[in-house]
Amino acid sequence: MAYSEQEILAGLAEIVSEETGLPADSVSTEKSFTDDLDIDSLSMMTIVTLAEEKFSVRIPDDEVKNLATVGDAVSYINGAQS
Amino acid sequence: MRDVVVTGLGATTPLGGDVASTWQAVLAGTSGARPLDPAWVETYQLPVTFAATLAVPAADVLPRPEIKRMDPSAQYAIVATREAWAHAGAPDVEPERLGAVVSSGIGGIWTTLEGWDTLREKGARRVLPMTVPMLMPNSPAAYVELELGARAGAHALVSACASGAEAIGYAAEMIRSGRADVVVAGGTEAAIHPMPIASFAASRTLSTRNDDPQGASRPYDTERDGFVLGEGAGIVVLESAEHAAARGATVHGRIAGIGLSSDGYHMTSPEPSGRGQIAAMRSALADAEVAASEVVHVNAHATSTVVGDLIEARSIREVLGADADHVRLSATKSMTGHLLGGAGALETIFTILALRERTAPPTINVTSPDPELVLDLVRDNPRELPHGPIAAINNSFGFGGHNVALVVTSA
Repeated sequence: MAYSEQEILAGLAEIVSEETGLPADSVSTEKSFTDDLDIDSLSMMTIVTLAEEKFSVRIPDDEVKNLATVGDAVSYINGAQS
Repeated sequence: MRDVVVTGLGATTPLGGDVASTWQAVLAGTSGARPLDPAWVETYQLPVTFAATLAVPAADVLPRPEIKRMDPSAQYAIVATREAWAHAGAPDVEPERLGAVVSSGIGGIWTTLEGWDTLREKGARRVLPMTVPMLMPNSPAAYVELELGARAGAHALVSACASGAEAIGYAAEMIRSGRADVVVAGGTEAAIHPMPIASFAASRTLSTRNDDPQGASRPYDTERDGFVLGEGAGIVVLESAEHAAARGATVHGRIAGIGLSSDGYHMTSPEPSGRGQIAAMRSALADAEVAASEVVHVNAHATSTVVGDLIEARSIREVLGADADHVRLSATKSMTGHLLGGAGALETIFTILALRERTAPPTINVTSPDPELVLDLVRDNPRELPHGPIAAINNSFGFGGHNVALVVTSA
């Protein structure tokens, strides 16, 4: 079952909210993980690990550095769904 | 050598979510023992069906992201640290002069076992990156260090059930030697998990009084049959006397003497003659320059085991001689259960409060005192301690033969 972009954003926002304590509705597509959400590399890998499980996708380490914004991550996960 | 004073106290325990509620429950003679999750008991066929769990779960106090990135042992330490630091008036201290010494006897056992479960069930890609930073035994010390921005050193001394007292002793030495002006110190434990319960039960050290959890921890009673596993944390803010005086801080007591020894005898059994315990108490008194006649109170390690309680009582008598007659002995594990690495720190807090409030806390559940107990045990109700300068000993002993005695004196 494929998730819609909206569902991916909602699920990712929930993961980011749990990790950072920020309200889920503040995790919008244009937000930068590092600059806006203050997520360090360790937290980013936690989010990646949890997102891989939630959406049944694989996010290779080489791709993580390209995921600057929440929108980048939503697009990548959407495209990676089988 | 610089004097070490106590300017802040913090705790989260089976009796309360802070020091005030815990102390009130202690004076009222309350037991913190509760039934375990029945699903655990049934699934794992646990021979012990109760423990002294936290009165106020950490998840009720800490924000969700902190709960997720800390093992429960670190969560409890942070809860207690925030209380202690605020109680001390959030001392203004150079980061280079501020230290953290926080111990756990068992370490991040919940995180360790959950990480292993995840690996086995879901594979390596599902193991979270924070697993190791959360399970490492220095994690509570590190979180306290990060919380306060301490730069004089962060340490996690491990000596099983003596860990919390050893942490306070080490912290006091940091101040005495001039390495730091303020050190946040104590112990924490979060090991109420089926695996350690199974192991402790297998070693026959836990009480199996399943039909009466609140009556199970009964140090010095003839019917005692083992300890009650507890959890929680106790944290103190230690400060050089000069630093505390300069900022006008309230002093609650003094860590006056530190005595350490090891039995060199057995992994889990205390050495029968008590020579190691005696050595620790004697060196703590000598270190404090306190005479036996000045000691009015002892907070015993007394875990409610058949063998251990009496060895300690005889050791106290040996050290204090006839002066032991005017000592009020308290075994507060009768109420809190055994916090393992948190015990020595929580009981140091009780000892400080006993001297400050001139009140020796009660020992509950002693309906039939062991006839071999050669000391004046405070039973059921608190008892008054004398006025004027007074001293007390807090004993902590751990698996491995670790013995720690701290001499606390009144402010």
